[in-house]
Amino acid sequence: MDILGYVLQQGINGLQLGAVYALIALGYTMVYGVLRLINFAHGDIFMLGAFVAYFLIAKFGIPIYLVFIITMLACAIAGYLIEKIAYKPLRDAPKISLLITAVGVSLFLEYFLSLNAIFTPNYIAFPRPFDVKGYDLAVFTITNVQVLIFIITFISLFLLYLLIYRTNYGRAMRAVSHDKETAALMGIGIDGIISFTFIVGASLAGVGGILYSIAYPQINVFMGIMPGIKSFIAAVLGGIGIIHGAVIGGLIIGICEVFVSAFLSSTFRDGVIFIILFGVLLFKPSGIFGKRIEKV
Amino acid sequence: MRFFRESWIFLIVSVSIYIILKAFFAFNVISPYIQQICLYAVIVALTSLGLNVIYGYTGQFSLGHAAFYGIGAYTSAYLTKVLSIDGVIPFIPVLVFCGLVSGLVGYLIGIPILRLRDDFLAIATLGFGTLVRVFLDNSDKFAESLGGSRGFVGIPRITNLELVFFFLIFVIIITRNLIHSRYGLFWRCIKDDELAATSVGINTANMKLMAFTYGCMLAGIGGALYANLYSFLHPSNFDILRSIDFLIIVIIGGMGSIMGTIYASIIWVGFIEGLRIVLPAQVLDMRWVVIPILLIALMIWRPYGLMSKRRKV
Amino acid sequence: MKILDVRNLEKSFGGVKAVDQISFHIEEGEVFSIIGPNGAGKTTMFNLITGLYRPDDGRIFFIDRDITKTPTYMLAHLGIARTFQNMRLFGSLTVLENVLSSLLSKRTYNLFSAVMRTKRFAVSEKAAEEKARKFIDFFGLSGKEDYTASSLSYGEQRRLELARALSTEPRLMLIDEPGAGMNPKEIADLAETIKAIRQRYSVTIAIIEHQMNLVMNISDRIMVMDFGEKIMEGTPEEVKKDKRVIEAYLGEEMD
Repeated sequence: MDILGYVLQQGINGLQLGAVYALIALGYTMVYGVLRLINFAHGDIFMLGAFVAYFLIAKFGIPIYLVFIITMLACAIAGYLIEKIAYKPLRDAPKISLLITAVGVSLFLEYFLSLNAIFTPNYIAFPRPFDVKGYDLAVFTITNVQVLIFIITFISLFLLYLLIYRTNYGRAMRAVSHDKETAALMGIGIDGIISFTFIVGASLAGVGGILYSIAYPQINVFMGIMPGIKSFIAAVLGGIGIIHGAVIGGLIIGICEVFVSAFLSSTFRDGVIFIILFGVLLFKPSGIFGKRIEKV
Repeated sequence: MRFFRESWIFLIVSVSIYIILKAFFAFNVISPYIQQICLYAVIVALTSLGLNVIYGYTGQFSLGHAAFYGIGAYTSAYLTKVLSIDGVIPFIPVLVFCGLVSGLVGYLIGIPILRLRDDFLAIATLGFGTLVRVFLDNSDKFAESLGGSRGFVGIPRITNLELVFFFLIFVIIITRNLIHSRYGLFWRCIKDDELAATSVGINTANMKLMAFTYGCMLAGIGGALYANLYSFLHPSNFDILRSIDFLIIVIIGGMGSIMGTIYASIIWVGFIEGLRIVLPAQVLDMRWVVIPILLIALMIWRPYGLMSKRRKV
Repeated sequence: MKILDVRNLEKSFGGVKAVDQISFHIEEGEVFSIIGPNGAGKTTMFNLITGLYRPDDGRIFFIDRDITKTPTYMLAHLGIARTFQNMRLFGSLTVLENVLSSLLSKRTYNLFSAVMRTKRFAVSEKAAEEKARKFIDFFGLSGKEDYTASSLSYGEQRRLELARALSTEPRLMLIDEPGAGMNPKEIADLAETIKAIRQRYSVTIAIIEHQMNLVMNISDRIMVMDFGEKIMEGTPEEVKKDKRVIEAYLGEEMD
């Protein structure tokens, strides 16, 4: 294979990973927008999505489109409950207390599911609902899994776009993320909008969880940690709080990760992502699409 | 000596505690296993004290404290093994050196990241912690003896009661003297309101860096003592869960209280290790389910830390 | 002598010019007031002078020294102190510690002295504390040294912030809306306090204020701002008569 074909091939693989990161990053960025909180448990919602899908496919043999719908619902409920139980009582508390709570929620979800009585701490194989097939497109190959990921991601992003820019809930959410106090004065129910944001973010993470497990069919209770952190980095890279920034950031992080694995060594891929994070935080903390904010 | 002037009551109490502990150890009142846990508790106290300076006093939230603990541990493990050190006296300079190494790394990493605040600082320190973890997992590619993901084996066992106990006493006095000086005052100012601190003339960037470096130094010393207590190291000993361990101790102990941190360390290690003895293995797995729940409950009940008073916003 | 000289200062936020080509100077020893409607750019001006914002354009001189790029903490050492519109005390620290923070931020003793508890440490700490108590006394807060700042009443907190700023022994003090939320009696007391500060510590004072009677009572000169621009500058009498000022304040009482 010539070098150009190889690069293109890795680019496609990177987009596959990046699409999943983009779906997770959206949840981080939206929650940060309305609550100014890094929701550490968001990566675990992603994991939860993978597990729900596993049960639906392996135990009940449910058709794939239903798997998506039920998983999204389950994740939405989980996201809603986490916010109501753990975060809402801390609305006026210092930022760090909220952050510690989020770390607590994350640990709880991981270790609760890792109990042998509930599940297992080990890796288990995720049953793909179909066999992988590659389509040879002269310079590179694309698999049906990749096609599925691109289509589903595209549909999700389109629906999200409609939801955020064409409905009252979406407008209210953007208003809250812009200026909470003013939004409240204009009669927007802040609590409702925060719940709404968690529900939307969690559903997207659920979709991400299914797609990720189909692409890399090994699931584990700790599988959400690294993709979660990387997606957050993607959100920061794109400009935290900015919807399209999260998507672009996710794609960039995915491509970087695959390229580092392909051209350097897979041991360094996590390291490189964190170096990107340091770079962004130091040189442009507001991210690619963010505006510079000075506030006293 | 003036150094001890304000601490003599504390010294008398500590020496008595030491004598009691020494007697317990010498006459085998407690099993070697429990003895080891006691030493471990002191090491955890020393390391947590470092985090308390960074977070409890100065308000700089770090999720990467275990990384500095790990740097100290691996540095000491490597040095004592290569130089085949096995006595307490030659080990002391190694300890100090490990503290300096961790402190230097903390200083260098602190220059860029301490400009960040709260949650962004948390992510940056978490990122650094992950980088260190990745490095340790692949450390055998740089030097075979570091062991990589198989773990570092055959570290000389040097750490004993005298060493940990008197290092802790020494560190407590230094920390106390720092806290009750202009530096401690500046740290607390920064925690309360960084902007106000800079406008009364405090060089906040320097002061944050100083607190961070000092805290990381203590973690490095703690890590070195740990490495030469258990004679085996594994990268997983220094991951985010360990950082959260230290964080929980600082929160339980009341942020910004030296003795609170010491008590909390002893209680926490006693609690965790006690569970290990009392509970069967299956139930033991429950602890990382219960601990997060306690943590969340604690945050909701007392968002400013257990021993600090509720403040008006 | 010009103690502060501001030349063609400019600062925008997202396309909005908060401070637009403003020049003015403050004479040593005077009380200089900046007035104007909300959002006129007054506090932005203070933040520019104290280095919390960096100007897009223009220069600031403090006694012949260019301080446009000097870091905030250095300005405190050079002799510029300030208070904040919304008060920024160290809430969990005591009254004494709040005042000590600025006194000890000067070169007093080093790290070695602190750790080893040298004689230098003891002497400096004692001297700073005595000085702090004098400032606390001057602002009528004696007896409350060990109270946390957040436990003080609103008026006491305002005074403590003045005490903290003054204890840096500044040559120029910037006071941002000291009269906010005060009743007429408290305003009258505040006017006396400001006059006393000026007399006793011979410090130049720049003040942002909305309470017109306070401004007219204490100021030597007044600068009026609106929409980031300087409308006029003059003595209280001149300002009172100016048509543009009355327009800018349309609907607001002027006496």
